[in-house]
Amino acid sequence: MTDAKPMIECRDVHKYYGDYHALRGIDLTINGGEFFSLLGPSGCGKTTLLRTIAGFEDISSGVVLIDRRSMEDVPANKRPTNMVFQSYAIFPHLTVAENVAFGLRRDPRSKADKAAAVEEALGMVGLKGYGARSAHALSGGQRQRVALARALILKPKVLLLDEPLSALDRKMREQMQVELIKLQRQVGITFVLVTHDQEEALVMSDRIAVMFEGEIAQLDGPEALYARPATRRVADFIGVMNFLPARIVSDMSGVVTVDVDGLGQVELPASQISRANPDDDGIVIGFRPETMTLVAVGAAHTQPRETNATIDEVVYYGDMTYYDLRLDGVGQVNGKPRTVRISMRNVFGRDVQEVGTRTRLAWSPGSLVLFR
Amino acid sequence: MAKFDAEAKAGLSLIAPPFLYALGILAIPLLTILAYSFLTDGYLEIIRDFTWANYAEVLTDPIVLVVMMRSLIVAAAVTALTVGLAFPVAYYVSFVVRPERKAMWLFLITIPFWTSYLIRVFLWKVILGYNGVVNSSLTGLGIIDEPLTFILYNVNSIVITLAHAYAPFAILPIFVALEKIDRSLLEAGRDLGESRAMTFWRVTLPLAMPGVLAAVLIVFIPTIGDYVTPEVIGGGKIPMIANMIQVQMLALDNRPLGSALAVMAMVVVAVISAVFLFLNRRFLKVRQ
Repeated sequence: MTDAKPMIECRDVHKYYGDYHALRGIDLTINGGEFFSLLGPSGCGKTTLLRTIAGFEDISSGVVLIDRRSMEDVPANKRPTNMVFQSYAIFPHLTVAENVAFGLRRDPRSKADKAAAVEEALGMVGLKGYGARSAHALSGGQRQRVALARALILKPKVLLLDEPLSALDRKMREQMQVELIKLQRQVGITFVLVTHDQEEALVMSDRIAVMFEGEIAQLDGPEALYARPATRRVADFIGVMNFLPARIVSDMSGVVTVDVDGLGQVELPASQISRANPDDDGIVIGFRPETMTLVAVGAAHTQPRETNATIDEVVYYGDMTYYDLRLDGVGQVNGKPRTVRISMRNVFGRDVQEVGTRTRLAWSPGSLVLFR
Repeated sequence: MAKFDAEAKAGLSLIAPPFLYALGILAIPLLTILAYSFLTDGYLEIIRDFTWANYAEVLTDPIVLVVMMRSLIVAAAVTALTVGLAFPVAYYVSFVVRPERKAMWLFLITIPFWTSYLIRVFLWKVILGYNGVVNSSLTGLGIIDEPLTFILYNVNSIVITLAHAYAPFAILPIFVALEKIDRSLLEAGRDLGESRAMTFWRVTLPLAMPGVLAAVLIVFIPTIGDYVTPEVIGGGKIPMIANMIQVQMLALDNRPLGSALAVMAMVVVAVISAVFLFLNRRFLKVRQ
């Protein structure tokens, strides 16, 4: 549930650590009730941006507004934000209930009311009855829940989450992802998540800002980000994308005709054109492994576009099979044949094809993105 | 079972040398003192008759009570002063000093140890004395007309000297406890709405308490038994319990009575330390 009301606004935010330029002009609006993610590799400035919003870092220039109020000279303890730290930062000298009640010291409610609020917050994160336990008797997942309850009990306008799931094992992480989404819908608070895990960002977020080197490279919803990466770097970072060399044949009123190695000539509208990296050698087209289909051996020719290929490698995952293909007409790269990866769901009746098989790849131009 | 025995044997043989060492330097002298305290003092020899008389004398003599109380008060004052001054120093080194300079700071803090304890005590005598550095400079500057007497040959001067001598012992454990505190806990305190001062009170201080308690014991226990400082700084006129033990053991050659005094002092220190730790037990359970 997002409403149009801006909750966090960053205007041309810069941050320097000495000579190091950590944030390079961040412009960003996060709406009320939104689940927003800052995604990027380590050192891209995403955590710095989160800590700037929380008030743990001063900004060198620019403006940060929370709920339309400037956060300049507002210290961390006076901001309407609460944070779930990467290490959870559970106070080891306090019990679970005391941890959750930490921020309620100045709350005018009676002791009994506060205790009830603590119990309710613990119930919300699935830790009912854990109040009396000491902090060090908790598992990683439980610590995380305590950290969540401790922040949410204060009913902040914004909940900041600094890589909260990175310390959990895979199963626990997937479970917590779903729980966090549910929790966010339930409380309606704006969540800002920092993560380096693209899958996590895609699963959880309403919108995602992908950051590289202190700048936002793309800000979009998960589907748009995945299907239409704005730059080749974003495409590389999020999921798997195959690249094939291409040459521009004509460029007329926004429609670009390219000649792609192995695929032949295709026409692409402006919506399928993105930026290459500045240091890339030449123009490429990209496509996701699941957007093309391996045609069953001996099947009739039905698709508008098909390309002959040889299977170079087969990786069987149970539910999925990954095929690395050598397309006819695609040259070598670094002395090895250039392959593309195609993923096929192992639905009933579809056989896994073997290495060395001559096969056909069916595709449509709609799944291609041109990086120029 | 056989495997366990082999492991147990290996373990025992591993701890055997330190165990023998500890037995030799710790248990045997203590047991000797304990044994002496129940023997009877003859004129030139010790009579091997079991007696409670030494303890009866120690516990009823009003002078022993005065000296023991003085020792406790001096040790308490030294502890309060030392730990009180050590905490800000440790806090500064842990939280303000840049990480690459911390080792140098700790090194500088331990520099006084390079000089003998006795020499440092004598130096304090020079500093605090009637014509010492403090008094002569203050007189020379015309701030005072006659030398300050409250720092001369009295309990105050003993406290100052001991507080200086034990400062590093207090700084180091507090520093270690502060270093162990996860800095994100302090940010969490601020994030949950507390000011810097309240975060210190509710997070930093409780988590530093194990170090503070260690510092208190490390300073309190040896200062109660300090012998050199009252002798040199106090001019021998304000004895503490160790001076009294020394007089009985050597000057008066009454080893049983001296031993009883020593055992009594040890019991008092042990009881006080145990009560102190019991009162602060909740801080010791914290595992970071």
